[in-house]
Amino acid sequence: MRDPNNLDSSGKTVIIIGGGVAGMTAASRLADLGEQVILIEQEEEIGGHLLNWDRLFPNRRPGYEVLDSLRDALTNSVEIRCSETVSTVIPQSSGFQVILQSEESLFCDALLLATGFDLFDATKKEEYGYGIYENVITSADLEMMFRSGRPITTSRGKVPERVGFVHCVGSRDEKVGNLYCSKVCCVTGVKQAIEIKEQLPQAELFGFYMDLRMYDRHFEEMYYEAQQKWDINFLRGRVSECAENQDQSIVLKIEDTLTSRPLKITVDLLVLLVGFVPKPETLRLASLLEIPVGDDRFLEPLDEHTRFNHTGRPGIFLAGTNKGPLTISNTIADASAAAIQLHHYLQTINETHP
Amino acid sequence: MIDFGYTIRKERLIDYDKNDKRVLEHLKAHEPSVLTCIACGSCTATCSAGQFVDFNIRLVQTLLRRGEIEPLKAEMQKCMLCGKCILVCPRGVNMRNMILAIQTATDKLK
Repeated sequence: MRDPNNLDSSGKTVIIIGGGVAGMTAASRLADLGEQVILIEQEEEIGGHLLNWDRLFPNRRPGYEVLDSLRDALTNSVEIRCSETVSTVIPQSSGFQVILQSEESLFCDALLLATGFDLFDATKKEEYGYGIYENVITSADLEMMFRSGRPITTSRGKVPERVGFVHCVGSRDEKVGNLYCSKVCCVTGVKQAIEIKEQLPQAELFGFYMDLRMYDRHFEEMYYEAQQKWDINFLRGRVSECAENQDQSIVLKIEDTLTSRPLKITVDLLVLLVGFVPKPETLRLASLLEIPVGDDRFLEPLDEHTRFNHTGRPGIFLAGTNKGPLTISNTIADASAAAIQLHHYLQTINETHP
Repeated sequence: MIDFGYTIRKERLIDYDKNDKRVLEHLKAHEPSVLTCIACGSCTATCSAGQFVDFNIRLVQTLLRRGEIEPLKAEMQKCMLCGKCILVCPRGVNMRNMILAIQTATDKLK
């Protein structure tokens, strides 16, 4: 528990920009360490993308459990400011002046950027027909379907007999300018395919993939379960293009690279596993604060191995997915590390300016 | 006990040690984008020629890398150079130039 008389406390103020998983985590850790925190969130509610996700891999626990636990950890020393964005940051002799869009001015000793990510806009891959064909949806749309509690159907209410998942949509694709892997879409696709099978045991499920990157603990076992228990098919080849049939089903063109032949397959519902992209807001702040941005347009920390929450600018720290795609667990770990390092920094400036 | 032997039949084997890599070297110099292929098959799925004849442009790239020159030569005439493969390639491989460069290189070998 937090001790208000904690001698280690610097009693300084930190402004955290972004109230998603990283921002909430860092806010509660810093408050526990005795710091004053102002958490700025652009949406009406804190929680970030987790607000829109039904269940989480690898154990399919409800997303709200994690959200509640992060929210409950926020103490009174965290001041939450929703529906606010930062319009500019002016460095002071010590600390920063942060001017909000509401023209209100705040002062802080250190800044933490926890601005997160956007999901890839699937309409940019026009050949997959998102926004054109009514039965092409994204993984985020499917989560909202799960969240609603309504049965999974096609756009016109039919129970789908065959559902396809397209991997790497907006990731590993130079045509959209994103060469990087978004890391979490593979396992999301496996999770969502299992969830559809749970609801519709008669449905045939297909994952169209190039590589399945089951890199973290329990991921490979989940893939194994998808094959062994749920009879989900994995077909190796990247979907080249889609077309809509008269009955609104979707026909895909793909090379079955394991038989080396072109393959045609019709599905009733097609799910595009969209990846991570950097937020324009992050890039604006990066340019304002002179934080370097990589070729992938994610933020570059001072040292990617050893100083991954630091920037070259004293007092400005980074946490979470503005540095690249991360799972929720990894985001929480990263934001916790950021909080510790930020706390240490505040203690150092305390010594310099007592 | 039946002796299944230890040798691999020559016609089944890719003899990587003996295969001719000169065509590959030519490609590395003239169309290095072929090195970035991840064998996703988008090119083959969309290939105009491949819808009608047994032509797999993804496989051409793999044969090239293995130094399998003879089967490679047989494939060259099937490509119509329409360029649809280039439009869909997620790695930006210039397959039309790949075909032309392979032809140039195999012609030189004669």
